[in-house]
Amino acid sequence: MAPDTPLPETPEPGVSEIERYLAAQQSKSLLRFITCGSVDDGKSTLIGRLLYDSKMLFEDQLATLEADSRKVGTQGGDLDFALLVDGLSAEREQGITIDVAYRFFNTDRRKFIVADTPGHEQYTRNMVTGASTADLAIILIDARKGVLPQTRRHSFLVSLLGIRKIVLAVNKMDLMGYDQAVFDRVVAEYRAFARQLDLTDIQAIPLSALKGDNVTTLTDAMPWYQGPTLIGHLETVEVADLRASQPFRLPVQWVNRPNLDFRGYAGTIAAGTVRPGDRIRVLPSGQESRVARIVTHDGDLPLAVAGQSVTLTLTDEIDISRGDILSTLDEAAEAADQMEATLVWMSEAPLLPGRPYILKLGTKSVPATVATLKHKINVNTLEQLATKTLGLNEVGLATLSLDQAIAFDVYRNNRDTGGFILIDRLTNETVAAGLIRSAIVRTVPWQVLDVDRRARSQMKGQRPRVLWFTGLSGAGKSTIANLVEKKLHAHGRHTMLLDGDNVRHGLNRDLGFTDADRVENIRRVAEVSKLMVDAGLIVLVSFISPYRAERRMARELLGPGEFLEVFVDTPLAVAEGRDVKGLYAKARAGKIPNFTGIDSPYEPPESPDVRIDTQAMTAEQAANHIFTLLSRFDEDADLVDGAAI
Amino acid sequence: MTDRVIDVKDAAVLDSIIQPPSPLPVSLAGPLSAPRLTHLQRLEAESIHILREVVAETQNPVMLYSIGKDSAVMLHLAMKAFYPAKPPFPLLHVDTTWKFREMIAFRDQRAVDLGLDLLVYTNPEGLARGIGPFTHGSAIHTQVMKTEALKQALDRYGFDAAFGGARRDEEKSRAKERIFSFRNEQHRWDPKNQRPELWQLYNARKNKGESIRVFPLSNWTELDIWEYIYLENIPIVPLYFAAERPVVERDGALIMVDDDRLPMKPGETPQMRRVRFRTLGCYPLTGAIDSDADSLPAIIREMLLARTSERQGRVIDRDGGASMEQKKQEGYF
Repeated sequence: MAPDTPLPETPEPGVSEIERYLAAQQSKSLLRFITCGSVDDGKSTLIGRLLYDSKMLFEDQLATLEADSRKVGTQGGDLDFALLVDGLSAEREQGITIDVAYRFFNTDRRKFIVADTPGHEQYTRNMVTGASTADLAIILIDARKGVLPQTRRHSFLVSLLGIRKIVLAVNKMDLMGYDQAVFDRVVAEYRAFARQLDLTDIQAIPLSALKGDNVTTLTDAMPWYQGPTLIGHLETVEVADLRASQPFRLPVQWVNRPNLDFRGYAGTIAAGTVRPGDRIRVLPSGQESRVARIVTHDGDLPLAVAGQSVTLTLTDEIDISRGDILSTLDEAAEAADQMEATLVWMSEAPLLPGRPYILKLGTKSVPATVATLKHKINVNTLEQLATKTLGLNEVGLATLSLDQAIAFDVYRNNRDTGGFILIDRLTNETVAAGLIRSAIVRTVPWQVLDVDRRARSQMKGQRPRVLWFTGLSGAGKSTIANLVEKKLHAHGRHTMLLDGDNVRHGLNRDLGFTDADRVENIRRVAEVSKLMVDAGLIVLVSFISPYRAERRMARELLGPGEFLEVFVDTPLAVAEGRDVKGLYAKARAGKIPNFTGIDSPYEPPESPDVRIDTQAMTAEQAANHIFTLLSRFDEDADLVDGAAI
Repeated sequence: MTDRVIDVKDAAVLDSIIQPPSPLPVSLAGPLSAPRLTHLQRLEAESIHILREVVAETQNPVMLYSIGKDSAVMLHLAMKAFYPAKPPFPLLHVDTTWKFREMIAFRDQRAVDLGLDLLVYTNPEGLARGIGPFTHGSAIHTQVMKTEALKQALDRYGFDAAFGGARRDEEKSRAKERIFSFRNEQHRWDPKNQRPELWQLYNARKNKGESIRVFPLSNWTELDIWEYIYLENIPIVPLYFAAERPVVERDGALIMVDDDRLPMKPGETPQMRRVRFRTLGCYPLTGAIDSDADSLPAIIREMLLARTSERQGRVIDRDGGASMEQKKQEGYF
């Protein structure tokens, strides 16, 4: 414990040098990479070697390593670097890495975070996990074996997860006599394969992790190799953060409201830059506003960039909550409730199409089902196969249907707004990783004015229309309309009932029963119905509406198929005989002038969409009949539109 | 590859390792319009993201405040994450009653300065039984006064998520632990059954009885912590700085005589030595190092020359290679 490192006599000069060093540290960047290799390619050894050669090991760690190497090492008493890395005791005994582990080391230029991911066949999920945050991948190949099925699998997953920078580390060159021909053959074979995956940015390096050749220092053993060392390459490879130059995205993580005067939207900027004064659009609602301040503990910022965690305030008070995405006005995020995505299944329990899972994307969680599975992909051959499910470590292409529209980007453009996980609702397990390829239906366009009747009706999941009940007073219009509305409501439809008597108490209280007023009465109700249909509602209108011309006017206000005329056909004698409200008696006594059927005409429809003979069926039967017909109309319309809602 | 050196024989070598790095190639500079974040800025942003995510997704979070340098950084990040609001959770300190006195004074002052709720919990049964490192040994002391006490405190207050300042670079089994690490009803960790963590997505949904330990500093190294404390001017317990302190040397470790509960062995007398601590815990279980480093730059400089890892000062890590993993399976933080 007692240090024997001599300290300088006067600490001050050293201290000021340290301050210079610390200042220099502030410009250091971060590179995250993964290492992928098969079980015996020497991956743990390579990482152990990187830590050892970069002087990241302390004396006590080295002592432990020496002791462990003697005890369980595989290098005949030499340092077994794999032991540094294989953390959990169970796997140390098995001699394989079973999970994702993260390692850290620094050089003058960079800090490195290494995700050590296993090469074992059944651990695809761990590799995908490690790759999800990596800027670069090291694909490790055993020079003796060349490109193996596992190599192809790792490369496919790396490509799938959007990593473009590859280091092809051809290891164990010492066992092949440091032969250039061996190296060249492996590299050529790999490049040919990688081209299919659109992996072109490949730096191939021959090395021996065990001996340290070309890891941190160029070896004399391979004078034919003119390229950089592994560390030399990692230190200088350009991984310019493309996200900073993309359109602005901020998934709202938390609404900060310490008091009534402050309302901030906290989150990590997923892409682009933001400045006070920038106009923004809120997705999926489409509302617009402007950035007022970028608030941080260190004072307001004039500019914030992708990767920073900030809090924004806006100039307008609008409704924004966790899960919304603030984005640029012109190049806003997508918003939809259906999407096509690649799924990597990560659970022992297989995917069940149709079962609701929780989809978490950015800061939004929403119920979602896998609607269809297009195919699964053989990760070794890239072959596409038909399938009805996905098992552990299988990769497939699926369409997902969400309970509500959410904001997102395609994964290719942004990992943080285009990648999601699926969570099982019963076990709470993370069962899949998803990468969005495209939106299927843009249910909620980002132009506010483009939220049209189609968008509104899709959000309600129904086809808006008007059911126009016409017939004599006392025919049974309101009774039947009421029953129909109850049925629709019970089936989750959004409805509104406009009843002649009620509307005359409010909107039309200035109108009497002259012919002119009757026409105006119907015109107003037709216009109100149209607005409600625009709002996405199913409107039930129960009006005597005696004249054909006004009913036609109402029909023409609405779109084709949106106006269904329901003729409640009750003969005058029957209606008058019922006289539920005693109106016929009053009309006959001359107390109500212009009463339809008595001293004002009723023009029956010539070809109603539905005719209800109230003498042949009960009100309940009539309501059932109408409800059934309505469903059939909807199906026909869906066939015509080619899109089920 | 030279900013951490294990075999420095004289300080002259330091000069070579602290040369400012050569100018970056143009290709590294990135687009001029968008400033590149430094490694500390990226780590800071990630930690803030994690802190906010827990507050958004759990019902009753708490921050375990151990008073050490990592806790100091974690608390500082919490002040940033929720600004201008205060962090919407209390601090919890599990007090074994054997902490350094300076730690306790610092703890209470920080809570007052920052205006935060501080909960202090001590295992009442352990206290009643007089459990201590000298009477019962370090293993039982740690088990009862730390591990059991923590479980009791979390259960008593019904916390469903607890922030801890652990880092993956500290120890091998930590390197494989998730940032959101689930514990069952008995607070046990199952390393074989961890949820994959992709991108910045954390699945915080708990099964009945489960709670979460969350490690916002997972991807920080010891050097990152010190650089950040320096750059952000974060207050830390003075014990980290070298000063004349009364110590006795036991089994190769320098133990500070912080109060009169430390029993002297035959022939032992406390001697004043210029020492400091690289890690803080229960004073009888925490070894000091001889040092003149009395400023942050001096501490960092000493770190760069260091030859032993920080956990070596912690006595509990020494029994067997898988020790920490076992303790964690039993519920140690």
